[in-house]
Amino acid sequence: MFETLTKRLTGSFSLLRGRRELTSDNIQEGLKEVRTALMEADVHFQVARDFTSRVETRALGDQRMQGVEASEQFIHAVHQELVQLMGPEDASITFAAPGPTVVLMAGLQGAGKTTTCAKLAVHLRETRHSKVLMVAADVKRPAAVEQLRVLGRQTDTPVFHAEGKAPPEVCRLGVAEARRTGADLVILDTAGRLHVDDEMMAEVAEIAALTQPDAQILVADAMTGQDAVRSAEAFNQKLALTGVILTKLDGDARGGAALSIKQVTGAPILFVGTGEKVDDLDAFSADRMAGRILGMGDVVGLVDQAQKNIDEGEAQASFEKLVMGTFTLQDMFSMLGMVRKLGPMKKVMGMMPGMGQLADMDVDERQFDRLEALFHSMTPRERLRPQTLDVARRRRVARGAGQPLGAVNDLMKRYQQMGKAMKKLGKLGLGSKIGGKDKRAALAGLSGGGQMMDPSLGRGGGLMGGLGGLMGGAGAGPGGAMPPGMGDMDPASLMGGANAMGSSATRQSGKDAAKKRKEKAKAKARRKNRRKK
Amino acid sequence: MGLLDRLKQRLTRTREALSDSISGVFRGGREIDQELLQNLEEALYTADLGPLASQLVAEIERRHKRGELKGEEDVRACLREQLLGRLDPGGEPLLTASGPTVFLIVGVNGSGKTTSIAKIAHRYTQAGKKVLLGAGDTFRAAAADQLEIWAERNGADIVRQHKTGADPAAVAFDALQAGVARGSDVILIDTAGRLHTQTNLMEELAKVRRVISKVLPEAPHHTLLVLDGTNGQNAIQQARLFTQTVEVSGALVAKLDGTARGGAVFAIQEDLGLPIHFVGTGEDLQDLEVFDPGTFVDAIVGSPAHTQS
Repeated sequence: MFETLTKRLTGSFSLLRGRRELTSDNIQEGLKEVRTALMEADVHFQVARDFTSRVETRALGDQRMQGVEASEQFIHAVHQELVQLMGPEDASITFAAPGPTVVLMAGLQGAGKTTTCAKLAVHLRETRHSKVLMVAADVKRPAAVEQLRVLGRQTDTPVFHAEGKAPPEVCRLGVAEARRTGADLVILDTAGRLHVDDEMMAEVAEIAALTQPDAQILVADAMTGQDAVRSAEAFNQKLALTGVILTKLDGDARGGAALSIKQVTGAPILFVGTGEKVDDLDAFSADRMAGRILGMGDVVGLVDQAQKNIDEGEAQASFEKLVMGTFTLQDMFSMLGMVRKLGPMKKVMGMMPGMGQLADMDVDERQFDRLEALFHSMTPRERLRPQTLDVARRRRVARGAGQPLGAVNDLMKRYQQMGKAMKKLGKLGLGSKIGGKDKRAALAGLSGGGQMMDPSLGRGGGLMGGLGGLMGGAGAGPGGAMPPGMGDMDPASLMGGANAMGSSATRQSGKDAAKKRKEKAKAKARRKNRRKK
Repeated sequence: MGLLDRLKQRLTRTREALSDSISGVFRGGREIDQELLQNLEEALYTADLGPLASQLVAEIERRHKRGELKGEEDVRACLREQLLGRLDPGGEPLLTASGPTVFLIVGVNGSGKTTSIAKIAHRYTQAGKKVLLGAGDTFRAAAADQLEIWAERNGADIVRQHKTGADPAAVAFDALQAGVARGSDVILIDTAGRLHTQTNLMEELAKVRRVISKVLPEAPHHTLLVLDGTNGQNAIQQARLFTQTVEVSGALVAKLDGTARGGAVFAIQEDLGLPIHFVGTGEDLQDLEVFDPGTFVDAIVGSPAHTQS
């Protein structure tokens, strides 16, 4: 059965839990699990084998840490090795001194080249203020040129094409056109081609020879299986790749292909595609990816997302209120709006620490629509003064939102719990002396502008605390934490919340399962905290 | 070059790559020992068989201990038998006796839906059927244009919207009505690629399906999932979730003309019992074969007769 890498690794770590020391004996079981997990995640077997032997050396070697539990040491070794294997990160595209800089995009059919061209154009224009020209050199697939033209119109990027010319000539003319129009970046969109198709591979080599690209990028599907090694190798031989962009990472593929491709080409992974919109292109981060694989979540990604989408003032005001105890339904409402701005809930959850295993859980986005409908059905006064919502008013709200009275009551209960939890946290932070740096950091995160840390981090962190509350139960309780501001997040309460809100298709439902998950996640959070200290 | 030669050439390309690794394991007439079994397991893994690789090797080890297997040929036969036993011959999807047969084509982004539709259309127009295409991919830029070009090349009808972002269910509705009115034999409804994890988009697909069955209660007769043959274990998850949402009735495995083996279909068959109808073996209109378990398995385990060609 399909299991995510995270799940498998979690399993292998539990085998080592409680033991004091790693020995070449007790590490074997864990290594085997890691190898199996990697292979189930579509990492090529050879790459997986090399990886585990390197982990073994590292875990048993001189980095051995005193007083650390065996499982933690093992995780550390796996994580470090993963980061190392997938790095270096944030390798950006080098611009040629006298422009234009030429970027050649190549890959198999259906990898996502054309879409990625547009994403890259938008990204480089925003970050580097480049004047971009896209060249449509895919004359093989019907309407591929038109597709790029449409994307060009959508993103205000000029597209060049020379009707009736062969792709190498189209590209050569495209670069000349860029020079003429003063564009400083040319992105060449080539046809998808099979790595065993000699004729087509020769064509792409000819394009490269004619245009002398500064970057030759392989666009690869994150869902690719064992074949990733073969195709990447073939493209690398023909093109001497300078980078890789991994697409479709917004699905549930763990992206084992990333490891394989990195290993065989040595080319850095530059970006990852995380959605269908033209701005769904993220810089690749080896650490983040490793963290994601190990079930530590993608907190950095979440904060990035928060930074992009959320108004800082609004967020800060809301969290101050949270902590000061004047938290109203109106605040809860705007918080819900902020969380939803981050993207589909499922994506947000997948990025959260400890939630990796839940990645295949079904999140029904409509439950949030329903929540919003309830808020909309209230008067502004009711939202500001929740205590005025008596039964008659609640009934009206329910009717207005087309939902049963119970839904309003659930919402009120959640609001109260959230308020309580926030208050407790506020007291703790403002009143007593807190020893732990983590705790203060956690609070800083909640108030949105702490001095302990980068305010943007705080925003994301606090927001997540809020998310916990939003989704049900006392999400935010005090506690030292792994990522600042995230410490009080109890992932289990999220789950519980999701269930309580009637997520229709969760695989395990019912109170027992929720309880079990909750306990498990709590234990996990504790372990993480310990590790951090 | 004749059609059969070309076909053979394409399949051989796949087969060579596949059987290479298995034959490589035995090169030099090795004995069956632990090391060989491990190499065999790895070779099977590279066919994207996933955990099945270990199961197969365990079975071989068991039989070897009982003295049933002597050398390469025995192992190959044993593998072949086990793999074949796991595949249902999907056969060609059946057309209805009267009225149009409706195909709904679904799959993740870039799996090859539109190209596969063109090939299926070609197959049926060649057989003298009247084919109508519904351009239900209203999301991806120029997807409808792409389908329209294929329709022209095939001499098939097409129903499309000219603005992007149109409701795909509405396009499907129009296509079915047009198909019924014009007396089409086969209606192929294209849909936008979507990752199986995107709940909203999956719901949209369920709506397309519902709307189709409103026009014709028994339609869609076939809901075909197009799988990218180069995908690994994630294909299983795709099959699972698409089946949950739109009751997929069968699969088409595209892009098998490279070195990828599409081994994930074994798990898909075991899990969901989803028959494989077609395999895509190239970029041209004729490059569509009815799925043949024997050829598929031979491609994985290789056979001396073929490897010499």
